[in-house]
Amino acid sequence: MNGFMTILKRDLHLAIRQGVDSMTVVMFFVLVVIILPFGVGPEPNILARIGSGVIWVAALLASTLSLERLFQMDYEDGSLELLSLSSVTLEVIVLAKVTAHWLTTGLPLIITAPLLALLLNLDKESFSILICTLALGTPSLSLVGAVGAALILGARRGGVLLALIILPLYLPVLIFGVSAVDANVNGIEARAQLLVLGALLLTALPLCTWAAATSIKQAIE
Amino acid sequence: MLHRFANPNRFLRIARIIQPWIAWATILLAGTGLYLGLFNSPADYQQGESVRIMYVHVPAAWMAMFCYTSMAIAAGIGLIWKHPLADIAAKATAPVGACFTFLALFTGSLWGKPMWGTWWVWDARLTSMLVLLFLYLGYIALINAFDDPTRGTKPSSILVLVGLINVPIIKFSVDWWNTLHQPASVLRLGGPSIDESMLWPLLLMAVAFKTYYIWIVLIRIRAEIISKKIGTIRLRQVHG
Repeated sequence: MNGFMTILKRDLHLAIRQGVDSMTVVMFFVLVVIILPFGVGPEPNILARIGSGVIWVAALLASTLSLERLFQMDYEDGSLELLSLSSVTLEVIVLAKVTAHWLTTGLPLIITAPLLALLLNLDKESFSILICTLALGTPSLSLVGAVGAALILGARRGGVLLALIILPLYLPVLIFGVSAVDANVNGIEARAQLLVLGALLLTALPLCTWAAATSIKQAIE
Repeated sequence: MLHRFANPNRFLRIARIIQPWIAWATILLAGTGLYLGLFNSPADYQQGESVRIMYVHVPAAWMAMFCYTSMAIAAGIGLIWKHPLADIAAKATAPVGACFTFLALFTGSLWGKPMWGTWWVWDARLTSMLVLLFLYLGYIALINAFDDPTRGTKPSSILVLVGLINVPIIKFSVDWWNTLHQPASVLRLGGPSIDESMLWPLLLMAVAFKTYYIWIVLIRIRAEIISKKIGTIRLRQVHG
């Protein structure tokens, strides 16, 4: 627990000191959502119909942007190797970094989402469901993304490669997240989709930390 | 037992012997299967002659899933037992599997236009096959993304294993979701629901595709081993 908190605090300090990075991700998120009415046309009904999907896809893309640097900077200056040699297990280190990543990118996305839902003319009632799905989904995105970020350590063109690798793996979260909001908009209960999102998160928690730790061990050798 | 065939030279010897047999088996099986499928089997009562795309589309789809599974097994063996030929086998299978997936999607599209009236539909089976194609492409991209060629095998092996969950999703997608794609008619509880006159050409083509896959992968593994030998010789020349 001690090691987890130490690494979490370290990563949060680093992120706060470079506050711009977190803001950049949120601004990218907002920008993608704002560009949409320019492309699709401003008619409110169409925007309401596709709004939940757009917000989710924008969250996916913004998350992919910020994941490349999850392990990259520590890998490049050698601190990842030192951390792996410490008494804290690599899985705990991965979990701490993923938590810090979610707190600095996932949480701001969730907070910004209602504003964007307003811009896209989404139903007022589905705001809470949107927040719920994002709250359950963005940690899974951070976890699966961590596996991708660990796999591309040392690769050329890591950023684009990361997107190519993890976007197929993001699809289940995306499908159930959007399906939950759509169900709510149509008056059907979204309980099943929320339960599946929770199940995906609980499955990703042990499996992704383990896979990411294994990948980091391969990268460090 | 595995490690008996880990010696690349022994593998090369065995591969050179069996490759012509596999090649002839492929040609014979494919020839028979195509003849039976295109000429000797009945046209469908609803679909007419265009049902014959099935004899290419279904084996290609089966091979796409089979290739991914064998890639995953090879990757697992390479990660766990550090078998030297396992990583080479996985790398050799990847483009073949990607081509089979693309073939399945393409022939499916050609079949879908006259039958369903659309080239594409976002139902569970087609979407998960598309995801499979991108898993293959991601693997190929990752394994070639490192300056040091041996560096790429471990991460890509992990990637293959992570994506393995997609294969059962593809298989059961027609049962779990309401799809336009028809449900299982061969590998299902209760036996095949397809008529014998169509089942035999289908199975012949499936085995032909499989022997074709073995033929191609044998060639690719031999090529990979030989190119590694050439690399070693070049390094030896440089370092004296």
